Amino acid sequence: MSNSEPMLAADGTPLKRSLARALRREKMRALMLIAPLLLFILLTFILPVADMLYRSVDNKIVSEILPRTVVALQDWDADSGELPDEAVFAAMAADLQQAAQEKTHTKVGVRLNYEQPGISSLFRKSGRKAKKWNVEEGGPWKEQLIEVHKGWGDPEVWRTIQTYSPRVTQGYYLNAVDMQVGTNGAEMRPENEQIYGILFWRTMKMSLIITLSCIALGYPVAWLLANLPARHANLLMILVLLPFWTSLLVRTSAWKIMLQQQGVINDVLVWIGFVADDSRLVMINNQFGTIVAMTHILLPFMILPMYSVMQTIPPSYLRAAKSLGATNWTAFWRVYFPQSIPGIGAGSILVFILAIGYYITPALVGGTTGTFISNRIAFHISSSLNWGLAAALGAILLAVVLILYWAYDKIVGIDNVKLG
Amino acid sequence: MSGLPPYATTPQRVWYYSFRVICALIFIFLITPIIIVMPLSFNAQDFFTFTPEMLRLDPEGYSLKHYRDMLGSDGNPVTGLWIGLAIGVAWAAFGAYRRGGLTATSIIPVLVFGLFGLIIGKLTGATGDWMVALRNSLKIAPMATLLSVSFGTLAAIGLSQSHVPFRRAIMAIMISPMIVPLIISAAGMYFFYSRIGLQGTYFGVVLAHAALGIPFVIITVTATLVGFDRSLTRAAANMGADPVTTFFRVQMPLILPGVISGGLFAFITSFDEVVVVIFVGSAKQQTLPWQMFTGLREQISPTILAVATILVAISIALLTTVEILRRRSEKLRGMSPS
Repeated sequence: MSNSEPMLAADGTPLKRSLARALRREKMRALMLIAPLLLFILLTFILPVADMLYRSVDNKIVSEILPRTVVALQDWDADSGELPDEAVFAAMAADLQQAAQEKTHTKVGVRLNYEQPGISSLFRKSGRKAKKWNVEEGGPWKEQLIEVHKGWGDPEVWRTIQTYSPRVTQGYYLNAVDMQVGTNGAEMRPENEQIYGILFWRTMKMSLIITLSCIALGYPVAWLLANLPARHANLLMILVLLPFWTSLLVRTSAWKIMLQQQGVINDVLVWIGFVADDSRLVMINNQFGTIVAMTHILLPFMILPMYSVMQTIPPSYLRAAKSLGATNWTAFWRVYFPQSIPGIGAGSILVFILAIGYYITPALVGGTTGTFISNRIAFHISSSLNWGLAAALGAILLAVVLILYWAYDKIVGIDNVKLG
Repeated sequence: MSGLPPYATTPQRVWYYSFRVICALIFIFLITPIIIVMPLSFNAQDFFTFTPEMLRLDPEGYSLKHYRDMLGSDGNPVTGLWIGLAIGVAWAAFGAYRRGGLTATSIIPVLVFGLFGLIIGKLTGATGDWMVALRNSLKIAPMATLLSVSFGTLAAIGLSQSHVPFRRAIMAIMISPMIVPLIISAAGMYFFYSRIGLQGTYFGVVLAHAALGIPFVIITVTATLVGFDRSLTRAAANMGADPVTTFFRVQMPLILPGVISGGLFAFITSFDEVVVVIFVGSAKQQTLPWQMFTGLREQISPTILAVATILVAISIALLTTVEILRRRSEKLRGMSPS
């Protein structure tokens, strides 16, 4: 066959095109199989998370409830130190009356109250009065509003309204990193109002401690499992897998029961005479309790990847090192340990990712000093109802987790995650 | 580590034994919290520690009181048991008829259906807090498992084809429910599901739990498919089987162990899940872990120990099943059992 003539498939089409078509068909078939799940995950999981992320910048509420005021306030110079002019007050009166009729004035009050405490009561009180106003003819509104509540005479209130009138805001994020919008743009909050920085730092620090204790406890066990004969290793493996399969709540409640002052551990310590009966150790509702319980809960996630890496290290390497004159320690440290690092890395990232997002265990055994950022997020969703701030805190946490997830994918590959 | 060589020096001997002691202590740390709830759940007092009577192994110190509190006295266990046994006997008889004789294994369906009948009967009409919670859990978990297994298996088969565009990205998205912190998933689902009217409904909780279970199905099924011999499906196609027949008669039996373990993982994920159900569900969907969570948070009652013991028993059963399936799958794929 000459080179100029294309090769033909059985049905007469050029082979190249026929191959491409077959390949395309195969790709389509694979995608058709994947599509239902992808759609399912998008609808039930990815969209909800995206919706939450949007909430962290969403600020429609101010411009929707106070449309006239937002427009009128645009030209006011907040740095002049003077109150806005009569037109702005009149717009506010009209907005307030409409909002009071629709019963939405408290919502905007609550929203602005996150940024400047006290505004909530300002709106509540004015809203009650607003229903009786005659917007067309009443006035002058400046005096009348200030009479209803002297807060309207404070330029800072107007500055807050102006700052938070755009439809998107970075206010929740500033809040989440202990900052606020001051006279000169973003600034740190006063020292005694800073809580989230401490909380993020604590979450990181405790997750790191938990990861390190998991490495310390997991490494010897993984080594033993990888170097024992298979029959014994399988038996001991059950001791690692059983906690892995046991309900999280069961393990947390077991620790709660064991660590409390009238619990088993204190009883044993008193019995051996290690501590006196009247000075039983406080091991729960503090950081210690959280660290112990979470180390126990996450330990299998460290042991399993370490074990699967160590299994692939040939024992002959250690023997070779020793026969070349290395001491036991040198052989381990220079030959075995470097080869086991991928296992440590995989386990550590996994444990750290799982630890920083933990909610249940810190909530149950953490007390006030041992809680994590997740607990604060839950508090803002169900108790304080500041959903925007919860979303912003969640978005920061999610960003940290996703960076680690990306690193995990680069180092280990998500296809290599093993379960038991 | 194949024993200690005879020429080992004293420091080596000391290290050898102390290393084993250290490992033993770590194993004790791992297993104690799970073991300790069992004897404590038989405590005759409302304490969370061993009473002097218990330590003397005095029968007076032990009782089934916490189990009685958990089970309550209502429900229809006896009716359920009879119905279950009847179905089991019918099943066994049908099997015996088809195979032409009763065998020792004919007893298995009778026992299984009897047990299921007993549990379902007990849960129907029961009004105790724990029984209602268990009933809710058992309504939610199997449905969520069914959803994640059917979607997950299809997708895993798609992902294991040789030419999949954006394979890595798709995989990353599908595994993400396992990685994203539960509180974030819960918050997102709470906001989003309230918008579309799913918040506080049974269906909403099922969908949420199905999404959380999918990564486990994907991971276990793709792991099984790694060793799958593709020439088998080609051989089936060659002999005239259409794709559906090939899937159900050739591929499915081979990957079934992986699918079942994935399903068990998905089941335990849903059965064990607290955070998402608290936000997405309403009081009507209060599940067993939710009940335990509120119990531990507010007034901790020793009944929780009885519940915990039963949950440990369930996890032992699941672990055994998964291990058996794993070995079977390795045998089917011709790998040497590790």
